[in-house]
Amino acid sequence: MSLVAHDEVKKAGGILSGPVESRDLPDWFREQQREAWEQFQALPSPTRKDQLWRFSNVDLLDLKSFKFGGELSDRDRDAILEQSCGLDEVAARLIFAGDRLIERDVISEQLKKRGVIFQPLERAMVEHADLFRKHFMSQPAVLGSAKFAALHKALVSSGTFLYVPRGVEIELPIEIFHWLHGESASVFPHLLLVTDELAKVTVIESFRSLDRHLLGFACGVNDLIAGPGAKVTYVCAQTWGENVRALQMNTTTVDHDASAMSLNLHLGAKYSRFESLSRLIGEGGRSDLLAVSVANGDQEFDARTLQDHVSPHTASDLLYKNALDDRARCTFGGLIRVERHAHFTDAYQKVRNLLLSDDSEANSMPGLEILADNVRCTHGATSGQIDEDELFYLRTRGIPISVAQRLIVIGFLNEVIRRLDQPAIAAHLNGLIETKFAA
Amino acid sequence: MKTETDTKAVDINRNIGDFSYDVAHAYDAGTGLSEKTIHYISDVKEDPDWVREFRLKGLKTFLEKPMPTHWASKDLEAIDFDKIRYYLSGGTQAKRTWEEVPEDVKRTFERLGIPEQERRFLAGVEAQFDSEAVYSNIKKAVGEQGVIFVGSTEGLKNHPEIFRKWFGKVIPIGDNKFSALNSAVFSGGSFIYVPPGVKVKHPLQAYFRINAENFGQFERTLIICDEGSELTYMEGCTAPKFNTATLHSAVVELVALKGAKLQYITVQNWSENVFNLVTKRGLAHENAEVKWIDCNIGSRLTMKYPSVIMKGRKARGEVLSIALANDGQHQDTGAKMIHAADETTSNIISKSISIGTGRATYRGLVHVPKHLKNCKNNTECDALLINATSRTDTYPAITVRGTGNAVQHEASVSQVSAEQIFYMQQRGLTEAQAMSLSVNGFVNDLVRQFPMEYSVELKRLIELEMEGSVG
Repeated sequence: MSLVAHDEVKKAGGILSGPVESRDLPDWFREQQREAWEQFQALPSPTRKDQLWRFSNVDLLDLKSFKFGGELSDRDRDAILEQSCGLDEVAARLIFAGDRLIERDVISEQLKKRGVIFQPLERAMVEHADLFRKHFMSQPAVLGSAKFAALHKALVSSGTFLYVPRGVEIELPIEIFHWLHGESASVFPHLLLVTDELAKVTVIESFRSLDRHLLGFACGVNDLIAGPGAKVTYVCAQTWGENVRALQMNTTTVDHDASAMSLNLHLGAKYSRFESLSRLIGEGGRSDLLAVSVANGDQEFDARTLQDHVSPHTASDLLYKNALDDRARCTFGGLIRVERHAHFTDAYQKVRNLLLSDDSEANSMPGLEILADNVRCTHGATSGQIDEDELFYLRTRGIPISVAQRLIVIGFLNEVIRRLDQPAIAAHLNGLIETKFAA
Repeated sequence: MKTETDTKAVDINRNIGDFSYDVAHAYDAGTGLSEKTIHYISDVKEDPDWVREFRLKGLKTFLEKPMPTHWASKDLEAIDFDKIRYYLSGGTQAKRTWEEVPEDVKRTFERLGIPEQERRFLAGVEAQFDSEAVYSNIKKAVGEQGVIFVGSTEGLKNHPEIFRKWFGKVIPIGDNKFSALNSAVFSGGSFIYVPPGVKVKHPLQAYFRINAENFGQFERTLIICDEGSELTYMEGCTAPKFNTATLHSAVVELVALKGAKLQYITVQNWSENVFNLVTKRGLAHENAEVKWIDCNIGSRLTMKYPSVIMKGRKARGEVLSIALANDGQHQDTGAKMIHAADETTSNIISKSISIGTGRATYRGLVHVPKHLKNCKNNTECDALLINATSRTDTYPAITVRGTGNAVQHEASVSQVSAEQIFYMQQRGLTEAQAMSLSVNGFVNDLVRQFPMEYSVELKRLIELEMEGSVG
C-alpha cells in the first residue's frame, strides 16, 4: 500500500496514522504497540512476485482510506444486537462492534469457580498479565502477512481472552461476534484461546457488517493453544459486507495428545485472505484444518496454510472446498512440512474447486516439504465442474436446474461441515450458505 | 539411519566422477563472460550477423535478470560466472590406458552392461570413439527420407529457412536467466527436421552425433516434426559422464506440427559437481503430441521443468519423469503444461527417490485459461524416502478458469515398508537387494515406458545407487 502524508491521514482518523495514544491500556502493551508499528512501517508491502502472495490481488490491500471505527449510534447498536443471532444455546457470548465490547453474556459461576477466564483482551492483559504476555502473538506470522500481523499488533484495542484450566470441559460453544459499522471503518479482531491439559472447548467467531455495501477493512488474529490432551474446536463464520478487505491470521499450537479442529467458512468480503498455521509440537497431536468458501461476483478468497509437523507421531488433515461463480477467484497455497526427526507423521491435504461459471478462476498450490522418513503424506488438488449426470438425474426428478445446481453445491460443501460433528453449528453454517445462495 | 556402509555405497558414485582426461583446445574463449566472449564465439563459429545479434541480446538479458532465488534453491548462488569457460572446441584428448581406470568405474560399466568399446571411450581411454561411422550411417538412413539431422551450428547455416522460423520462438531469449545465458553462448546440440508424413522408425540418438564433436555445456537443440510425422529422440546416456565444467545450461525447443508425434528422452547422469540448469519446451499444434521422458540421476543441482504448450485443438502433452537424489544432490525437476486450445489433454507422472542427504523437488505448473472446453490434466507425483536424512518437496501451481475442464493433482510421499523388506529377507534376499527391488518396483510402471535398452540400464543403475543405502 502506498503511504500518504502522515498529517493528512491523522487528520482524517486514518489507520495509517498509527496506534492511538489515548487508550486506557498498560504501558508495556503500548510500548509493544509502538514497536509493532515501527515494524509495520519497515516491512515491505507484499507483491505478487513473493511466492507467498502468488496469484493474490495485492492491489486490493491499499489501506489509505480506512479509518478507525467511529461512534456507534443507539439505533445501530440496537440493530447489531438484534442481528447478532447465531446459535441457540451457548456457554457465553461477546459482541464487539468496531472493536468495542457492546454486549456480554458471561460464563456460568460454576465455570468461573473452576478457573475459566473469559474476558475482553484489555482486562485480561491487566488481570492475567503473565499468562497473557506468555501467549499473546508469540508465534511469528510466517505465511506472508508479517506486515499485517505487525499492523494488527500495533492497532488491536480489544478482543477475547479465553483460558480453560486443566480438566475443564465446556460443553456448549462460546460465541463471539465482530461487527463492522460505518463508512471505511476498520476492525482488528483478536482471539487468544489457551487451554490447559485435558481441557475441552468450542469457540465460534462470526464476522459481519452492519451495512453490506460499505467499504471496510478487517485485520484479525486468532491464536489457539491446545495444551496436552486438550480438545479445541474453532469455527469462523465470515460474512463481511461485499466491499470489505479482510485478513485473518491464525496460529494453532497442538501439544502432545491434543487435538485441534478449525473450520473457516468464507462467504463475505470483496477480498478475504486467511492464513492458518498449525504447529504440532507434541507426540500424539492432531490437527484438522477445514474450510468452505462460496465465492461469486468479483470476490477473491486467498487461503494459505502450513501444517508444520515439529514432533514425531503427529497427524494433520486438511480439507478445503471452494465453489466459484461469476468472476470469482480462489487461491489456495498450502504446505505440509515435516521437520527433521518428525518421523511417523501422517499428513493429508486436499483442496477441491467447483467451478460454476466460465469466468471463475481457481489456483491451487498444494505443497510438501518432507525432511524426515517413515512418514505418510499425500495431497491432492482437483478443479472441475458439476457432473452433468448428477444434474440430469435431479432434473428427471422434476427439480428445476437452478435448484438442482444449488443442491449439488451444498452437498459438495457439506462433506466438510459434517466433519465438525457438531450438528447445531453445522445447521447454523448451512443456513448462512443458503442465505448467500438465496440473495 | 545412515551407517558406514551407507557412505561407502555413495562413494561408488562419487568415484565414478573422479576420472578425467587432459584436453588441449584449439579454441578457448577464456573464463568470464562479456561482449568480447560473444564476439570471440561468433568469430570462431563464423556466425551470420543475425546470430551474433541474437547472442548479444541474450547476454544483455542474462546480465539484467536476477537469480530466481526467491523461489529456487539458494545453492544457485554458488555458481561463479566469472570462473566459467563459455566456449571450448577443437580439442584433442589425451590417451590413457584401460589399466589406469579405477576398478569401481569398470565395475559400474560392467554392471550397466555397456559394450566394451563404449566403456573404453567413456572412461577416457580412447579419445576417438568410433561414433563417426555410426552417426553417418544413421544420417544416411534417415537422410533418404528427407530427414535433416545435423548439429545446431550446421543447421542454422545450411537450413536457415526452417531454422530461423522456429529458433528462439518456443523459448524466447528472456524466458529465464539461464535460457538467456544459453542464447548468448550456445554451441553444440542438434537440429532435426522431419518432413511431413515421415515416420522415423528408429530413435535418433544425440549420443552418437555429439561424441563426434565435443560434449557441449550450452547445447541448443531444435527439433521440428512437420505435419503427420513421428520421431523419437534420445539424449544422454545412463553411463556416468565426467565433465570438468561445473555449469551445464541447455535449451531444447520442440515443434510438433499438425498431427505430429514427438518423443524426447533424456537420461542425465552428470558428475556431482555439475549445476544442470536446463530449459525444455515443446509446442504441440492441432492433434499433435509432445512427450518428454526425463530421467535425472546425476549432477549437484538440476533444475529442469520440461513443458508443453498445447496450441492446437486436441493437442496432447506428456511428461514422465524419474529423479534419483543421492547424498549432496538436489534434483529440482517437474513439468509445465500450458493448455491453449480446446480438448487438449496433458499428463504428468513424476517419481522421485531421495537417498542419504539427497533432496528431490517436484515443481509443476498447470494452466487452463478461460473459455476453453474439455481440457484435461492429470498429475501424479510420488516420492520415496530411503533414509532419515533424505528430503522431498512438492510445489505444484494449478490455475483453472471456467467450466468444462477437469484437472486433478495427486502426490504422495512414503518410504519402503518394513514389512515388504522383511518379507523379502525371509525369502533369502539381503536387505540391500530387497531395498533395490522395492525401489525398482516403485519406478517400474514408468520405466516400462522407456525404450528397452534404457530401461534395462536404468534398473541396473538404480540397483547400484541403492547399494548399501540401508544398513
